[in-house]
This record gives sequence, C-alpha cells and structure tokens, in this order.
Amino acid sequence: MRAPIPPAALRATGALSRLAGRGGGTTLPGKLLWKLDPEGIDRLAGRLPQGSVLVSATNGKTTTTAMAAGLLAPTARLAHNASGANLVSGIASTLLQARDAELGLFEVDEGALPEVARRLRPKALLLANLFRDQLDRYGELELVAARWRETVASLPEAVLVVNGDDPQVGDLGRDRPRTLVFGIDDPAHARPSLQHAADSKYCLRCGTPYEYAAAYVGHLGDYHCPRCGHARPALDVAARSIALHGLDGSAFTLAAPAGEARVELRLPGLYNVYNALAAASLALALGVSPADAAAGLARFSAAFGRFERIGVGDRRLLMLLVKNPAGANEVVRTLVDGGAPRAAVIALNDEIADGRDVSWIWDVDVEPLIPGLERLVATGSRAAELALRFAYGGLDRGRIEVEPSLERALDRGLALTPPGGELTVLPTYTAMLALRRIVAGRGHVANYWEGRS
Amino acid sequence: MLAERARARGHELDVAAIGMHDAVPAGIDLFYVGGGQDREQELVAHDLVAKGEALHAAVADGAVFLAVCGGYQLLGRSYVDVAGRELPGIGLLPLHTVAGSTRMIGDVLLDCAWADRSLAGFENHAGRTLLDRGAEPLGRVLAGFGNDGSSGFEGCRSGRVFGTYLHGPLLPRNPWLADLLLTEALAHAGLETSLEPLGDELEAQAHAVAAERARARGGRR
Repeated sequence: MRAPIPPAALRATGALSRLAGRGGGTTLPGKLLWKLDPEGIDRLAGRLPQGSVLVSATNGKTTTTAMAAGLLAPTARLAHNASGANLVSGIASTLLQARDAELGLFEVDEGALPEVARRLRPKALLLANLFRDQLDRYGELELVAARWRETVASLPEAVLVVNGDDPQVGDLGRDRPRTLVFGIDDPAHARPSLQHAADSKYCLRCGTPYEYAAAYVGHLGDYHCPRCGHARPALDVAARSIALHGLDGSAFTLAAPAGEARVELRLPGLYNVYNALAAASLALALGVSPADAAAGLARFSAAFGRFERIGVGDRRLLMLLVKNPAGANEVVRTLVDGGAPRAAVIALNDEIADGRDVSWIWDVDVEPLIPGLERLVATGSRAAELALRFAYGGLDRGRIEVEPSLERALDRGLALTPPGGELTVLPTYTAMLALRRIVAGRGHVANYWEGRS
Repeated sequence: MLAERARARGHELDVAAIGMHDAVPAGIDLFYVGGGQDREQELVAHDLVAKGEALHAAVADGAVFLAVCGGYQLLGRSYVDVAGRELPGIGLLPLHTVAGSTRMIGDVLLDCAWADRSLAGFENHAGRTLLDRGAEPLGRVLAGFGNDGSSGFEGCRSGRVFGTYLHGPLLPRNPWLADLLLTEALAHAGLETSLEPLGDELEAQAHAVAAERARARGGRR
C-alpha cells in the first residue's frame, strides 16, 4: 500500500522543471503522480465540489475547451488544462495545480479518454468528431470509436453532448437519455461533394455509402443511408444562418430548446463554427443561457497556438496549426477565402506529437493555395517531403525553398514579407511550439505557461 | 505522381478509377490498388475476387501492378483477420496473410539488390504476410519489421506485379521505383523503354531523411 505523495511536493517539481529550462513543466508533476500514486488522480478529481467535464475530439479539442472555459468560468472556479496537455499525466498535473477549483474542465486526447473517464467519473462528456489523425498512433478509427462507445456505456448518469453531424459520434447518443445532439443546419454553406479525406463514409448499419443532403467539413454533415435509412439524428442544438467573413471571423444563430441567440465569433471558418457550437452546447447542457453563451463566445480570442496573430517588429505572423487532412483542408480553405497568401512558411515535423507517419500531407488539398503562391519556404524535419507535396501539386520548383531550420525559415519568411505585411505560417504541433518559443525568445509573445488560465 | 513524371518525359497518363462493381476495361498498362481500414478491406475483397479473372488476364498480357498495404494483402491467396475469418485474395502474388494482435508500425529501409537501390517508407500493419517458398521479396529489411517481423524481408514481386506494406508515400521518396513502373507500363503500351532521368533533388533529400529515420527509429523485431 503506497503512501500518498503530498501534492505540494509534486507541484514543486513543476517549478523546478521550468527553472531547469525543460519547457513549461506542465506534465512532469502529473507524470510523477501517475507513476508513484495512480489513484491519487482519482482522489484529487473526487475532491472537486462540482465534479468534472471532459471534452474529446480529433480536431478542435483545445479551441472548443478554451471556449467552454470562457462560458463556464462565470459559474465556477475551473481547473482547466489550457496549455493542451491532454493525456492522463497532463490532466493529473492540472489537478495538482488547482488548489481551490470547483469544477474540472479537461480536453482529453481521443485515445486517453477511456482511462481519464474511468478515473475522473465526469458528470458531462462532450464528443465532437472523429477524423483520421495520427494513424501511427491509433491505427484504426473504428477502434477508437469502439472504445468511446464503451466509455459512454460506463457513464450512464453523465450528460452526453455529441456532434450529430459525425456518423460515428452521433450514434453514441442514440436512444440514450441525458443526451444533447448538436449540428449545423445551413445548406447554403454545404460543399458540393464530400472531400476525399473523409472517413466513415459507409453506413454503420449496412455498409452502403452515405449520401449527404449537405456536407459541411470533411465527413461532417446531414447524412443518410439510401439503403437502410440510417441517418443523422434530430438536432437539439443547431447553428443556422451562418456568415463567414474570410480571416476576420464568422457568425451564426445558436438555436436551442431554451431559445435563440446570434453569435459573433472572432475566429474564421466553418471548423470554428463547429468548435463554438460544441462549446455552446456543452454550456447549455450545464445550465448556461443561450444569450450568455453567445456573449461569452463573442469575447473569445483564439486558444494557444491554433490561430494566432503575433506582431514581430513591423510585420505580423499569422500562425495556423495543421495536424491532419481534415483540419489542414479547412485551414487552406479559410486562407484562400481570406485572400490566398503570396508567401508561406510551412513547417512539417514528425515527432510523436506531430505523427511519425507524414503520409497524411498527400491527402491535404493544397492545390487551391498554389496559384497565388509566389514563394514557399518548406521547413521542419520533413521539409523536403513537404516541398515534394507542393511540387507534385503543381507549384513550380523554382518557387520552393527547403530550409529545415525553423529559425532560419522564419527569418527567410519575414524577409519575404513587406513592412506592415503579414506572414502566413502553417506548422504542425511541435513546430508550432518551437516557433512560439523562438518568437517569444525575441520578446514578441507570452510563453504559453504564462498565459491566462 | 506517376502522371507528372510521365508528362515530364512527354507521355500522357490516362488515369481512370475502377470502382466497386465496375468491369475491368481492356488494355490497361498499369494498375494500382492501395489500402484502407479493416472494414473497407472486407467490402473490397469480395469485389476484387469478382474482378480476379480479368486481372489475371491483364497481368498475363504484361500489365504492371502496384499494390500497397491492404491491396498487397488482397493480391495474395488469402487474408485471415483477427477474428479468424478468412477473406479470399486474387492470387496474383505467391503469399498469404494472417492478422496478428499487435501492429507493426514505423519507418522502414529496404535493400533491393535486384535493382541495386534502396526503398524508404513507412509501414503500419497488423497483418503478417508469409511468402511462399521461392517467392521473391521486394527487398531485404535494413530497418523496420517487414512482411512478418521476423523473416527479414519485405514486400513481394512477381514479374511485373509488385506488392508492399510501404507507404509514406512510396513513390515520391523512391523515384527509381516510379520510373521502373512507368518504363514497364510504357513497354506494355508498345512505347519507348528508356526514360530520361529527372533532377529529383527534392526526392533525394526526402529519401535521405526517411532512410535516416528508419535507421534511427525503425521497428525492432
């Protein structure tokens, strides 16, 4: 029988880790707790007076959870893993730091959800989408979905909030009480056809390809099976009358049983409408009014690293994270809508957090970017691979520069940007962290562990 | 990618998709079949068998075939999944596959002595592919798991039919293989059989990084 480790001792390791220069120290204390006293996590979570709420998805976890934090903060002191450390160890660390928190709000990695749910016994669960992401980590989308199904079944008392527009996720809420289904209801914004990066195109019941009355993002939309009739469930909460304003933002009407409200968002693209809709639905399920949800979303500025404008001297960086085909396609589409950039720095790393299998870049539709692109600076550890993708996509090889060093690539990109101009930077996850560190080291943006919590 | 490289030498590649329930048209010079998730594999297996006779005829006539991952498995005699159910293959390659309980995932580097070249790629498969005695592999494993994690070999080739677990993507990193497939396909079409080399600096860089990755962190048997 192990003696519990005092939380203060573990918190100290976080501070030491930062002083030693090993990054934000946001997961070391949690890792130690998990190794030395695993049930400590369950105990810490059990001490939260209002329990916990979990958010999981392939795309949009950090943004959605950050939005939800903004909506729930007025109602309770939150323990929230805002930096995005979303495995068991990261959540453990957050619990350790949160001395007088009342409600836990955690984004959770799709693969870690079963264990986190088992330990935290959340009172609410938000499941937003399942896309093909780092194949080398999970191998099969259906395995993740099956484990999610088991997790949902193990929490019959919890409130479940699901994206009805995702066939696999929406199905998790079928015939279940205490469930709220959200989705987009605005065919004017539908794509003409499904993108090829879509998964889950085959009917869950009979294997026939779904048909879509409206396909919005990837395989998300209003689907039905022409053979057996399996279809999108009825929506409890819908986003209607959507307006997209290029890179400046978006707006939609939040339509819920409790009423309607117009949401003005400072984030662009349909994918952020989905994020906002998910966060709002969760807040509504927890008792926030539609009007308050809309007001909270209007105040929201982007979550760490996902969509940021950073001033660098007399120029600006526009940094948009890319992780997988569906997300990257949305980023490309949003960029083109806002005026395709003439120069771009794109950083492809292949660490574990980025996905070691970089073949996903060949499923990204980069072609819309190419006509307007005068210069591409390809960087990161797989820079040459990225350059090849664009070369075979039709970009003249003379316009492609391969510069594996992120710092030199950034400077090259800035040199290509006129004074007062904006440089588009598209990094994968670890490249985003490294670039932020470089830029912060020059005094331009707060380090992520100093940010608002 | 093949279309681009063909075009660079003045050839037009006419690309057509052959879907489920479609007949196999005559006169095709090069076939490609990729992989997918397990559920889709089952749907495709039965359809592929229905096309089997036409595909055998095409290969006998000299058409080129590249099969990757799930496609590679289905080109063998059979595929047994984790539940023990056997799916039929079309028997164009002398092998069969049995799904294992763990996945073999990681960077791969192969020595292809028959071409005096190396192949760099990425594998991710639960299937253990066993080559028949006397069957020719695609290459010897320098780093990675390969066909079954123990034989020391990866892939299989038989005449103009090539199968492999390597993706990553396979051809941009290994342009020599792309050119080999194109050369054979052009020969089948009755056209020139030697291709002008292209610069391929980016391809060489990508290959070098992938090869280094394989040596550093490819799957250990």
